[in-house]
Amino acid sequence: MPRVKVARKSTAIDMTAMCDVAFLLLTFFILTAKPKIEDPSHAEVPPSSFMIPLKDANMMTISVGQDKAFFSVTEQDVRTEALKAMGEKYGVTFTPEESLRFSLTPIFGVPMKNLKSFLDTPPEQIKSFPQTGIPADTTNNNELFQWIYTARQAERALHDKLLDVSIKADSKEAYPMVSKVITILGKQKLFKFDLITTLKTAPKK
Amino acid sequence: MAELDTSGGGKHKGGKIRSKKASTRVDLTAMVDLAFLLITFFMYTTTLNKPKAMNLAMPDNSVPTSQLAIAASRSMTILLGSHNKLEWYMGEPGKSAPTLDHYGKDGLRKALIDNAKQVAATHPAGEQTMEVLIKPSDKSTYENLVATLDEMKITNVQIYAIVKILPMEVEDLKKNNIY
Repeated sequence: MPRVKVARKSTAIDMTAMCDVAFLLLTFFILTAKPKIEDPSHAEVPPSSFMIPLKDANMMTISVGQDKAFFSVTEQDVRTEALKAMGEKYGVTFTPEESLRFSLTPIFGVPMKNLKSFLDTPPEQIKSFPQTGIPADTTNNNELFQWIYTARQAERALHDKLLDVSIKADSKEAYPMVSKVITILGKQKLFKFDLITTLKTAPKK
Repeated sequence: MAELDTSGGGKHKGGKIRSKKASTRVDLTAMVDLAFLLITFFMYTTTLNKPKAMNLAMPDNSVPTSQLAIAASRSMTILLGSHNKLEWYMGEPGKSAPTLDHYGKDGLRKALIDNAKQVAATHPAGEQTMEVLIKPSDKSTYENLVATLDEMKITNVQIYAIVKILPMEVEDLKKNNIY
C-alpha cells in the first residue's frame, strides 16, 4: 500500500503587500512627525469639553507652572529678532552663536541677567540649568511684558502678521499668577487669547 | 528563506544551452523588519493629537466706555473659593445669602440652568438673558476657572465676564471655610 504523502509547502510568505503597507505608514509618520517639545514648566493642563484646535504657526505661548512663567514663540526668526531687541533694552549683547542657540530653543524661562549663561550652557547640561521663570509683576516694565511686546513687534516687522496668544497653565496653579499674566496681556491690549486644555468627554444633554 | 533556484540545471543533451533564469523574488523580511521598527519609533515620538484650546475674551479696559448697567435681578455671581468649592448668589452682593456649591453636573451646572430658567420666567421678553459674573478668589486654582468657563459654554450662558473679587465677598468665602 502506498503511503499518503503530505505535500510540503514552502514556508516563505509573500511579503510584498506587508512591505508596501509598512512603508506607506512610515511615510505618513515621517511627514506628520513633529518632535515633542520638552516643556520645562511641566504644566498639566486642565480638562474642558468645549474647544477649538490650536494653530501651529504664528503662535506665542505663555506657560505657567509652579509660579513661574515661560515664554515660547513658534517662529525662529521672530525669536532671533526678539532676542536682539531685548538685548538692546536690557543692555546685554549676544554673540551670533548665542543668538543661533536661542533661535533653536523652543521654550525658556530665564531672567535676562541669566539668559547669557543659559545660552552658553552646553546642550547636554541644559536640562539641569535652573529655569527660574521670567520675572513678571503688574508694572508696565517687567521682563515678561517686554518679551511679549518685542515678539509681537518682531512678528509684525518680519511677517506682517499678528501673533496669536495662548496661555498654558498648570491646573493646580493658583489664580493670582494666572491673573497676573492676563493683566500683562491686557496692558498690551491683548484681550482675546486661548487657554490650552485637554479633552474631557462632552456631557450628555 | 531565500529562494533557491531549483529550475534548470538538467543535462542538455545536444540541445541548446540555455542560461539559467535567476528568480526575481527578493527576500523582504529584513526590509519589513526595518520598516516596522521605524514606524514604531515615529509613532512614539510624534504628538498625534494637536493641542486644543478654549478661547477667552476679556473686556477691553483700556478705553473708558460707558458702563453697561446690569439689572441686579438678572445677574448671577459666582465666587471661586479654595478646596474646589464655590459660592454663588443672585443679585447684588450682600443682599442675598450665597449658596455653597461644587463644580460639576449636579452642582454649578444645575444652579446655572435653574437660575437661567428663573430669570427667563420672571422677566419680560427681551431681557430674559442671565448675566454671569465670575469672581475667582486668590485661593482658587486655574482648573477652577477653566471649569467655570466650560460650564458657561455647556449651559449656553451668553454674557459672562471675569471680574475682580470684592473684599466683602472674600469675607463671605472665609465664613464658609473656603478661603
